[in-house]
Amino acid sequence: MKKKSLFWKEHFWHGLITCCGLLVIVLTLAIGAFLVYKGSGTFTKYGHSIFEFFFSSKWAPADNSTGGGAVGAAVYIVGSLSTCGLALLIAAPFSIAAAIFMTEISPKLGKSIFRPAVELFVGIPSVIYGWVGLTTLVPAIKELFDLNMGYSVLAAGIVLAVMIFPTITTIAADALKSVPNDYRKAAYGLGATRWQVIHQIVLPAAKPGIFTGIVMGLARAFGEALAVAMVIGKMRAFPKSILSPTTNLTSAIASDMGGAMEGGEYNTALWTMALLLFLISLLFIFIIHRIVAKGGAEKDGSK
Amino acid sequence: MIKKALALGLAGVMAVGMTASVSAEELSGSITGSGSSALLPLAQNVADAFKELHPDVSITLNGGGSGTGLKQVSDGSVDIGNSDVEAETKLEADAAAELVDHKVCVVTMATIVNKEVGESVTSLTKDQLIDIFTGEITNWSEVGGPDEEIILISRPQTSGTRALFKEYALDGNEELSGGSLETDDSGTLLQSVADNEGAIGYVALPYLLENDTVSTVAIDGVEPTMENTYNGTYPVWGYEHMYTKGEPNEVVQAFLDFMMSEEYGEQIEAQGYCMTSKMEVER
Repeated sequence: MKKKSLFWKEHFWHGLITCCGLLVIVLTLAIGAFLVYKGSGTFTKYGHSIFEFFFSSKWAPADNSTGGGAVGAAVYIVGSLSTCGLALLIAAPFSIAAAIFMTEISPKLGKSIFRPAVELFVGIPSVIYGWVGLTTLVPAIKELFDLNMGYSVLAAGIVLAVMIFPTITTIAADALKSVPNDYRKAAYGLGATRWQVIHQIVLPAAKPGIFTGIVMGLARAFGEALAVAMVIGKMRAFPKSILSPTTNLTSAIASDMGGAMEGGEYNTALWTMALLLFLISLLFIFIIHRIVAKGGAEKDGSK
Repeated sequence: MIKKALALGLAGVMAVGMTASVSAEELSGSITGSGSSALLPLAQNVADAFKELHPDVSITLNGGGSGTGLKQVSDGSVDIGNSDVEAETKLEADAAAELVDHKVCVVTMATIVNKEVGESVTSLTKDQLIDIFTGEITNWSEVGGPDEEIILISRPQTSGTRALFKEYALDGNEELSGGSLETDDSGTLLQSVADNEGAIGYVALPYLLENDTVSTVAIDGVEPTMENTYNGTYPVWGYEHMYTKGEPNEVVQAFLDFMMSEEYGEQIEAQGYCMTSKMEVER
């Protein structure tokens, strides 16, 4: 009797946990399959070429199921790339510096104040970033550069930079922390200064982790819709400079998904954008895995 | 037949049994609706007033946009689909044919400009308006305003407000593509026009009721007001539609009747919409 109960328990929990695990995998695959099903319609049902979607800037899908419009999403893609790129340029140096400060320069302060403060950032809902950006950043940029309006790639880049800063910082800090202390001790023992230790020993050793952080940050920036939509201006034109407004993939989906007719060309084109975002995040995950795998191999090799 | 009569009788007895004042005809049931965000505030107000009269009726209303409303009423997931545009424009012909249109009210679209521009520009001809929105005119000085660049603020391509404005204010001309700032909703648009000097946009009249942060602009000298909409002189207006799939059931019918009644009409006007029954012109 007792044996049976143990047997049952063992298998029940084993089965339950396996099911939960499988469910997550099935869910991801299902979302992917659904997006492919919905998004491929642009190319199959409405007969547009993939080349047109990526490289044409003529966006005028018909909001009905007869089709015949144009689905060039280049403006949206460039908008997403430019804002995320700018965000990364701003956030990466700050994040890495913050991570170094937290782990190498002042670990005590880092642990007690800096880290909780940075982690607090992660929990702030994106609508708040967007709103604060809209009320402070947009007017400030307008004043500072004497523009007609402050909606710009710069505003979106700064908002995104603030949003991805904690992601990169925490992952980079973890990576720095995981560098074995023996490395540092050995370097100090050879007479290296703190700067030399950080620069030549710790940073190179933590490189895969830092890159992972950057890619994770980039992935977050790509998927962010609300905050960017509020400050980017949503003007469907290529940005002339970082001070001009543009639009991006996520804003387009968010603003038109309710009004576009289900199954129509417009709606399908939006699904194609969603599919593209999904593929981009898949690509990022792939890159992270490559980095981690390569980093692991290097470490093994150096042993 | 006997069963039905019995059930009705039983329901009547039960209703009478509960409170003396409730008649046997007391409505009960539920109504679900979704769609146009422009119509949502009014629909919610009607729902509240209706529920006071008929406490046994539960009403659930959601936004989501005209396309969503039409889609959901067409596939039967809601009783009422709210839309700024006619069903034919968003649904397949055979799906649209199944829907019954209830033109519950009329909404007027006003052209609005930033206050600073509004001081000197109070009226535009239709041609000027078209030229502005198609990017032919890019500076306010060309239409008698200050030397200020024109900033176009518009709604997404799939917006019902935009469709109306395009059809009746711009005579079907497409707005300049890639030259306007798009805003998700009318509230944001209002804010953007108020914040940016030289901005021009358009919103439905109800949004301007308690708002003096922007100036309205007349078209060919005709102010966007309810009177001018009723008498047909102001051209930019459209029906707000509540669609049902087939003829509505008793509860939904009562709700729609109430919404279009004289009794509730005052409320409709108080919120900035026009009553369908008072329109002197038709479309």
